[in-house]
Amino acid sequence: MQAAVMAGTATASMLLYRRLNPPPAPRVEGEKIAEVAKAPAENAVKEGLAVNDQLTPLDSITNYNNFYEFDTSKSGVAYAAKGFVTRPWTVSVEGLVNKPKVFDIDELLKFPLEERIYRLRCVEGWSMVIPWVGFPLSKLLEKVEPTAQARYVAFQTLLDPQRMPNQRTGVLDWPYVEGLRLDEAMHPLTIMATGMYDETLPPQDGAPIRLVVPWKYGFKSIKSVVKITLVADEPPTTWNIQAPDEYGFYSNVNPNVPHPRWSQATERRIGEYGRRNTLLFNGYGDQVAHLYQGMDLLKFF
Amino acid sequence: MGDVRFAKVVVFVNALVPLALLLWDLYHKRVGPNPLQFVTTTTGMLTLIFLSLTVAITPLRKIFGLNSLVKLRRMLGLFAFFYGSLHLLTYIWFDRGFNLFSVVPDVIGRPFILAGMLAFLLTVPLAITSTNKMVKRLGGKRWAKLHQLVYLSVIAGVVHFWMLVKSDIRLPLTFAFIVFFLLGYRLLTKYAPAQQPTTSLFPRE
Repeated sequence: MQAAVMAGTATASMLLYRRLNPPPAPRVEGEKIAEVAKAPAENAVKEGLAVNDQLTPLDSITNYNNFYEFDTSKSGVAYAAKGFVTRPWTVSVEGLVNKPKVFDIDELLKFPLEERIYRLRCVEGWSMVIPWVGFPLSKLLEKVEPTAQARYVAFQTLLDPQRMPNQRTGVLDWPYVEGLRLDEAMHPLTIMATGMYDETLPPQDGAPIRLVVPWKYGFKSIKSVVKITLVADEPPTTWNIQAPDEYGFYSNVNPNVPHPRWSQATERRIGEYGRRNTLLFNGYGDQVAHLYQGMDLLKFF
Repeated sequence: MGDVRFAKVVVFVNALVPLALLLWDLYHKRVGPNPLQFVTTTTGMLTLIFLSLTVAITPLRKIFGLNSLVKLRRMLGLFAFFYGSLHLLTYIWFDRGFNLFSVVPDVIGRPFILAGMLAFLLTVPLAITSTNKMVKRLGGKRWAKLHQLVYLSVIAGVVHFWMLVKSDIRLPLTFAFIVFFLLGYRLLTKYAPAQQPTTSLFPRE
């Protein structure tokens, strides 16, 4: 009797622990992307198109995600996003433009694709190095011809609680929206990514198309984009709506501006044990610092 | 609950199950892309769970009349202290690289760590005075008074958890509700009139 009680309770405890800490989701392979232009080695690092740091393994990138539309636990997103359907998919580019257009995803995938090896710094204090595949956002914006009134670009994630189940909860104000100043959006380092590691993006990393702005905290790089609107005034952004004193519109990576609840001076690179010093503009200062000349970065955080 | 000794063994074994699985997963490198964060969150959660269980004993035994439950309380409290120590150790070891001088500015820079530190420090005197000898030396009344620090500790622990989440407060909120109920029950029974006076071998809280 006692042995049975012992075995029973211990098994129950084990199962409970396992339920609360599921193993990493098995990886679903993306489609191979055939033609990807690699950056020429000699200029790539100088221009910010690549970094010499070791790449973060694909399994880490696909099992450590902040994508609240699916799950608020970083290890749970891969499970919740499994089987997310990305066809049909369109991206509407509209607003203050001469030629508004709804792009089919397959049309966007035919843009000349380049590899960009970027650091990604999360506002939570961790970072990765990811070999993205994508095209400069400027190439897309040029096609729709922004008018002279356009000064900002607003982005929107898909809103569909059927396919993005956590949108049924109120953890954020759905749909997720983000924004950039037009000059930030036109900057050559700002890309729309459609893949990484030469494969199409897995759902948990923002399939089928997402923004990547390497000198800003990760939450600026909005995922699963369906709408891009050129506007005159600074658009609302999701985390700024959620906590205005914690997340600003610019959200440039800056070790000197602490988050109100934690320091941003250091970060843990995924796969490493110590902490690294966080770099101003995530190390892309040479390329982007001129965009913010004369601005008080403490005020416009 | 006839056999207290056996009950103690059952609790002891079950309390060690999460540690065994955590070590097993660490050894087999099955702790995800950020192992340190995994160990830190797991030990942190376990600390809060065991702290909550410790303060749940008194309401449970009063509501259900299970007086012998109190005999499990010391062990639960010590497990809270044990997992809390592991939690603090992972922070000081891996996050700070045993550089104690960097702890102070970090605590100032990340106020949630201050709350966590407080929650842990409050449990230290309780762990030290947990032996029968210490109960005798302090005297039941004083000992019980001292051990009311656990209320502050569990509150600081929940605040610590709450302060570090970004937007999904459901889990810290759940802990807050549980602790609110467990501590609220004590206030109610303390100030509620017409309670039957009970005699107990064990110091009342």
